[in-house]
Amino acid sequence: MNGRKGLSYSAILALLAAALGAAVVASVTLGRYPIGIREMLGIWGSRVLDIEPFWTKTQESLLLNHRMPRILLSCMVGGCLSAAGASYQGVFQNPMAAPDILGASSGAACGAALAILLDMSSPMIMAFAFAFSLGTVALVIYTGNRARGKRVIGLILSGIMISSLVSSGTSFIKLVADPTDQLPAITYWLMGSLNGASMRDVLFALGPMALGLIPLFLLRWRVNILTLGDDEAKTMGVNARRLRMIVILSATLITAASVSVSGMIGWVGLVIPHLSRRLVGNNYRHLMPASILFGAIFLLLVDDISRNLLATEIPIGILTSIIGAPFFIYLITKDGERY
Amino acid sequence: MRVDDIRFSYGAGDVLRGVSFTAEYGEFLSVLGPNGVGKSTLFKCMLGLLTPTEGETRIDGKPIREMSAPELARSIAYIPQSHNPVFNFSVLDMVLMGTTAQVGAFSAPGREQIERAQQALERLGIAHLRDRGYGNVSGGERQMTLIARAIAQRARILVMDEPSASLDFGNRIRLMQTMRTLAADGYAVIQSTHDPDQAFLYSDKVLALYSGRVLAWGRPEETVTDEVISTLYGLDVRVYSLHGGSVRVCLPADIERKEEERSS
Repeated sequence: MNGRKGLSYSAILALLAAALGAAVVASVTLGRYPIGIREMLGIWGSRVLDIEPFWTKTQESLLLNHRMPRILLSCMVGGCLSAAGASYQGVFQNPMAAPDILGASSGAACGAALAILLDMSSPMIMAFAFAFSLGTVALVIYTGNRARGKRVIGLILSGIMISSLVSSGTSFIKLVADPTDQLPAITYWLMGSLNGASMRDVLFALGPMALGLIPLFLLRWRVNILTLGDDEAKTMGVNARRLRMIVILSATLITAASVSVSGMIGWVGLVIPHLSRRLVGNNYRHLMPASILFGAIFLLLVDDISRNLLATEIPIGILTSIIGAPFFIYLITKDGERY
Repeated sequence: MRVDDIRFSYGAGDVLRGVSFTAEYGEFLSVLGPNGVGKSTLFKCMLGLLTPTEGETRIDGKPIREMSAPELARSIAYIPQSHNPVFNFSVLDMVLMGTTAQVGAFSAPGREQIERAQQALERLGIAHLRDRGYGNVSGGERQMTLIARAIAQRARILVMDEPSASLDFGNRIRLMQTMRTLAADGYAVIQSTHDPDQAFLYSDKVLALYSGRVLAWGRPEETVTDEVISTLYGLDVRVYSLHGGSVRVCLPADIERKEEERSS
């Protein structure tokens, strides 16, 4: 199938999966408080087998309650943002599309800011972010479908407009927020962070992420046909309008779930799909799994840097741009036959 | 396929009025007409992309309105002008997309479809391109890829909107010869074209559309005439016969005056 690099698509995907596994193990051992691979295997093994503890209580609690949830969440968020970006790029026939194209991120930001302003608990902040994110996209789709002219352009334009409207709402909330505690909390949320990730966050995100990823994964071959435009898709027996709506809704669901647990993490959804395109080509049959795996690896490694590089945590949203932007520039200036 | 008394309007005024014709398997049909005359609208009505205000298109006796999208895709295929899509796919993947209607919504084309795509590529003589990027091959090769896609789609009616518009002289002739061969193999081939000479040379039937109506319909000898071509393009045109009538060339009438000037 693939004559260019000698590596078959399944070999590339297997390598990516192996790399993800290695990155997970490495991430467990990284951190101020040491946990070795032996301890990790022991603690995991003791969940099912009867193993005499040779590790400390602190190690066990740290691994199970802090490090593992955080590792899981960064993989989930990275994989989802990347899958959502790849999907949006396909349905909008636009290589510059990213998960926030329909306002999912700005909506989540506004919801989170509002919840912080109202002094709500952290599960409520998450729920608000999620609901606002979906609400914003629903509004964008509603307006976009009423726009005259080409449907896709209408959606993108209404996405830009409503995003900017919602962002001004966020700015207003920041203006009236208490500058001693609320404002820093909002700012910190906006920069994106996986700090303090818990099993509760993982469970919160798991449902919507699964609900969105499954259809995206199953329909991934058909996304190829959407990239050719509605008329061509329809003459090949594909109901383009319905398919696009399903893909948009699924991609929005996983974006909303990601943003509501992690805050604003930019670049992953744009850069990783392009990197994956370089690796396996534009066929979504291979691109979708490659993007998910690659996104998970990328965000996991960036999160490792974010919690280990300096004594204080660096918000991950800042790091993804610092790493993502130059890398992307390198990518678009490097030429080669790509498909 | 039978197009029956189609009327279509986008709101104000009819784009098409009382357009009727039939296309048989094994026939090559050319649609002639100036820009904006409704050729693309007619094709969209035939492909089920637009629903005519009145009239209907029937394939093998069945109105396309009553056919599901996959069923329609297995009957009639659209071959666009060789374009350059946003994302570059391999030539094989591009052809495989035509087989989508043959597999379930949640599955990708399998071994059977890959085999079919391979056969389509071989039939059009571009099997060596299968692992190249569709965006990296020439315009003529892209056009052949899109024809292979329609063949892999297993539709027996092939509709092409101005297929030769962006091709060079050599590729234009190669394309016409390919379509002729396909018609001889039992496909119904329908193209729109701006080139009356080409319509005469390669088609079995010609449909001349003028301001949304059928101006002429029938065999090329009856339709590619001084009168029809002059009316279509609003020019004084003379149609010359060459090679004992097997070729016709349409030229502006003032060429005769030029000739007189030169000889005097």
